[in-house]
Amino acid sequence: MSTPFYVSPQQAMADRAEYARKGIARGRSLVVLQYADGIVFVGENPSRALHKFSEIYDRIGFAAAGKYNEYENLRIGGVRYADLRGYTYDRDDVTARGLANVYAQTLGTIFSSAGEKPYEVELVVAEVGATAAGDQIYRLPHDGSIVDEHGSVAVGGNAEQISSYLDQRHQDGMTLSEALKLAVQALSSQANGADKAIPAERLEVAVLDRTRSQQRKFKRIRGRQLARLLEAEVPAAAQVDAVSNDEAPEDEAE
Amino acid sequence: MEPNTRGTGRLPAAFLTPGSSSFMDFLGAHAPEMLPGNRKLPEGVVEAPHGTTIVAATFPGGVVLAGDRRATMGNMIAQRDIEKVFPADEYSAVGIAGTAGLAVEMVKLFQLELEHFEKVEGATLSLEGKANRLSTMIRSNLGMAMQGLAVVPLFAGYDEAKEKGRIFSYDVTGGRSEEHGYAATGSGSIFARGSMKKLYRPDLTEEQATTLVVQALYDAADDDSATGGPDLYRHIYPIVTVITDEGFRRLDEDESQALARKVTDRRLEQPDGPRAALL
Repeated sequence: MSTPFYVSPQQAMADRAEYARKGIARGRSLVVLQYADGIVFVGENPSRALHKFSEIYDRIGFAAAGKYNEYENLRIGGVRYADLRGYTYDRDDVTARGLANVYAQTLGTIFSSAGEKPYEVELVVAEVGATAAGDQIYRLPHDGSIVDEHGSVAVGGNAEQISSYLDQRHQDGMTLSEALKLAVQALSSQANGADKAIPAERLEVAVLDRTRSQQRKFKRIRGRQLARLLEAEVPAAAQVDAVSNDEAPEDEAE
Repeated sequence: MEPNTRGTGRLPAAFLTPGSSSFMDFLGAHAPEMLPGNRKLPEGVVEAPHGTTIVAATFPGGVVLAGDRRATMGNMIAQRDIEKVFPADEYSAVGIAGTAGLAVEMVKLFQLELEHFEKVEGATLSLEGKANRLSTMIRSNLGMAMQGLAVVPLFAGYDEAKEKGRIFSYDVTGGRSEEHGYAATGSGSIFARGSMKKLYRPDLTEEQATTLVVQALYDAADDDSATGGPDLYRHIYPIVTVITDEGFRRLDEDESQALARKVTDRRLEQPDGPRAALL
């Protein structure tokens, strides 16, 4: 029997992390932003049937970048977890924090167990609160760590670049239309400085809207509504490339 | 997935195993003791509150489902303001007669079943599919039904494919039948059905249909002691829901009060209610 080569734990972990990151980078990035009435999910997705965003529970949404079969598996696990918990206790007892913890444990165990291939996924779990202050957004990288995010978050291949773009321009209390346009700009301003516009039919957009009268706040935005939001006139004060100019008198003129 | 997944805080293997889109199937595999049908049945007969009358009627463009508010235990009123009509999902509703506790649990599981399917598959079940699922759940309750704990629901919904409201009624064995025009279930259903038979027309407006079901509930309460009529003193009115292509809507307190008052005021003058024209 041949003796296996010795690989230091540091090296083994670094290799696994690199493997997972490369897998994630192959997919398209997506962004999750807070806006005045909730949380919006925006991504480029040529498929109409295979979603990157979905509803987990009443106030909880899920977004994922990376390998489809792996995050789909986690998504369904999350739906089962949430539904079972809500059935056992009460609908109010299903929280994004609880779900994020379960995902973190799951991803972490897989990442550090030598027998399993690390998942090539990066997740976002978001819960819309009664007010903007109650919104929660958790980002879960492939290794099972949890990052509590505010305002905006990007995951996927170009996440770092898109995140810094968003960090500079995202403001609290944006309208849905403003947040959506900012998200599309962030996604189109890809590497090499060459912007490529993403047509509306290649966009997947969903919201967790706290003003929705139904108990279930998750809603997909498509077709005419999406076109309307993308076309809507944005007041000059909130124009995303201008750094906020509070007393813009043109507001009324429009 | 690796077998040793308990106790690590990660999702148990059953959660990540690809399989059915049904929550009940998942529960059956992962936590079978939580399914109502899997409980061991003790000997003997149990006394528990019973819900009484549920009525439904279709109109062009939708369907109305309504229920009285009384739960009885033997000859005692167990609860005066029980709710027996629930939304099942956006386009359907279920009203329950029979053992209240079990029925409410069944509705909760049924709602979850539809919602779970919708989330996992990304599409809703057809109205027939929903009606069949409810059938299965009633059938699994047969053991309890034989001990006097029967649950007999009425299921109504808007069929988006056929673009009309439809009503399904059930028997204790889960036997399902589609009803045309109007239907009733529960102890006061014989009287309610008689009332609707004389008042129903296929061309009712939504407002006429909601009035019709309240008239029918009034007639049921008039002749069946287990059915409660509108309680004007305590401000307890029947629950009336309307399902159209715009989805499920429950009449709010003011609307159901106005409806109940309209019916009771007319009954002051004419206790037997509106008359059907004789030929």
